[in-house]
Amino acid sequence: MRRAELLMALVLGAFSAYLMVKSAELPIGWIPDEGPGGGAFPFWLAFGMLLCCVWIVARWVRRKSPPSRSTEPYLAVTTRSTIIRVIVALTLMIGAIHIIGIYLSIPLFLLYYLRVMGGHRWPLSVAVSVITPVVSFFFFEIALRITLPKGYTEPLFYPLYDIFM
Amino acid sequence: METFDLLMQGFSIALEPLNLALVIFGCALGLFIGAMPGLGSVNGVAILLPMTFLVPPTGAIIFLAAIYYGAMYGGAISSIMLGIPGASTAVATTFDGRPLALAGKADQALITAAGASFIGGTISVVLFTLFAPPLAEVALAFGAAEEFALMMLAFATFIGLGGDDIPKTLFSIFIGLVLSAVGLDIISGEPRLIFGDLPGFFHGINFLVLAIGIYGIGEMLWTIESSHGGVKVSQASFSIRRIATHLKGLKHSLKASLMGSFLGYFVGILPAAGATPGSIMAYGMAKTMSKDPDSFGKGNIEGVAAPESANNAASTGSMLPMLTLGIPGSPTTAILLGGMVIWGLEPGPMLFVEHQSFVWGLIASLYVANLFAMLINLAFIPAFIGVLRMPFTILAPIIFVLCLVGGYAPTQNMHDVWLILIFGIVGYLMRKLDYPLAPAVLAIVLGPLAETSMRQALLMSDGNLMIFIERPISGPIMGSAVVLFLLPLLKLFRKSRVPASD
Repeated sequence: MRRAELLMALVLGAFSAYLMVKSAELPIGWIPDEGPGGGAFPFWLAFGMLLCCVWIVARWVRRKSPPSRSTEPYLAVTTRSTIIRVIVALTLMIGAIHIIGIYLSIPLFLLYYLRVMGGHRWPLSVAVSVITPVVSFFFFEIALRITLPKGYTEPLFYPLYDIFM
Repeated sequence: METFDLLMQGFSIALEPLNLALVIFGCALGLFIGAMPGLGSVNGVAILLPMTFLVPPTGAIIFLAAIYYGAMYGGAISSIMLGIPGASTAVATTFDGRPLALAGKADQALITAAGASFIGGTISVVLFTLFAPPLAEVALAFGAAEEFALMMLAFATFIGLGGDDIPKTLFSIFIGLVLSAVGLDIISGEPRLIFGDLPGFFHGINFLVLAIGIYGIGEMLWTIESSHGGVKVSQASFSIRRIATHLKGLKHSLKASLMGSFLGYFVGILPAAGATPGSIMAYGMAKTMSKDPDSFGKGNIEGVAAPESANNAASTGSMLPMLTLGIPGSPTTAILLGGMVIWGLEPGPMLFVEHQSFVWGLIASLYVANLFAMLINLAFIPAFIGVLRMPFTILAPIIFVLCLVGGYAPTQNMHDVWLILIFGIVGYLMRKLDYPLAPAVLAIVLGPLAETSMRQALLMSDGNLMIFIERPISGPIMGSAVVLFLLPLLKLFRKSRVPASD
């Protein structure tokens, strides 16, 4: 936990510095008759972020904040693998939406989560994986008229559009 | 009497078939969300906001307010039955609710919680009705400097009253404000902070993206980690007669409920405080006021009544500054405020002039929601207890999918879905290190407003910062903000001086 606290403060500090540089692309000073430049607001706020990070590191050195005193691991061994699997599955699902569309990647994600991670029986896993995208289709595409991304599976939906729209 | 007439008009809107149906559905859904461990009003409102595009704006905000209300009632259910707070707002309810359930008095605790919530809700809505119009009238005189000072006060309450690590709270406020600045500069129209020249950043970072990331994905990861161990559901038996007896028994805890209602309402108005500290403070007050303080924590029914009335009262209280001043009183109302901006209903004093029927429709719907939340709660307690037995491995993936699809819907841009994932993961990692995230959500909603009002005020004064201090209303507000900022710093210095003198 102690190492994670320092690492997080350093990463966030670096990000703040990057934000300051990025904000400075626009004028950060005073423009006559126009007020502060477009970059001033984010620039000074990012500077504030950087100061906070320095402060956090100072407290880390003096062991003032609870995480900087904690000897517990940052991610507990018992839950680490679950959390990482969830994050990987989510990332893969969002990536797959670009290619196979939302109506194939959602069932695959649900099936993996329910059957493999949750250990539920097949009938339940399949039922949830089928019902969720069907409900989403009727709610978003039919009721709200919002087309969800379908990737290369778009042609499969032409007949459905003909029926419902 | 004018207020009364307006309220009656409001009821005619709130009782329209569609709006009434939305209130009832919202209450039921809110109860469900509140009862689930790990999900509270803020998660429900953040995840479901995109779904409300189906109905007109008035209906949508009424629906979300009903969820907010229902979740406050529902939080007690898992606090009592599982000993795990269903939402952070129901933490104090576990102190005495759990011992009561273990002693076989779960039904008494649940019914008292519902009754106390109703008392808290009713008192606070009446106070709201009386306070809102005069406050909005005063706020009409506010200019850019006053607006900015109010926002500073909102942020200062996080530092002064939040009780979290100060540099981390400040960092959270700053990053929220910087993220709100991404996109096109409001005054010059130039693009700024376009990371990696990605076109998705040109329309800015929607507050919903951050809110769904933190309160959807991040919260789920957090719950997966913390709920790893098994939980045990207590038994409760119900019959009409027992319900009636317990409802009559409410008068024994009436004093605690009344105290909780008033305290919760006023604490709820403060931006950083809201329902969670409100309910904990009410618990502490009930304990000090009680003739038998030692029985608290071992199953005293007043220990359930006080925090439950307070968290409902606080949720109404936090709507007061949101509607009248445009400054949200809690993370949930911050998201509601963002939603109202999307629908073209800019909160603030002008709302009471320009959209009078909407405002009063919403206020009247709070009365209706309060009543229905209690009735649904009492009628379906066994069903909500059943909800607690639902395995998290079914609910979690469905919520993940809901977050991503819901995050895509408003802008229809995959860019936002990736951002939700990134905010969710980073938010989860930061939360593990005690970074408070609610200030960031509040900041991203208020950011554009804060920047415009600051720049306008500075333009008026030609760059002179004294404008914030010299004006008669802005000055005292700014002053109290500074005091709140300095309060914890003084404490810090005193603490570090004491060991040095030893």
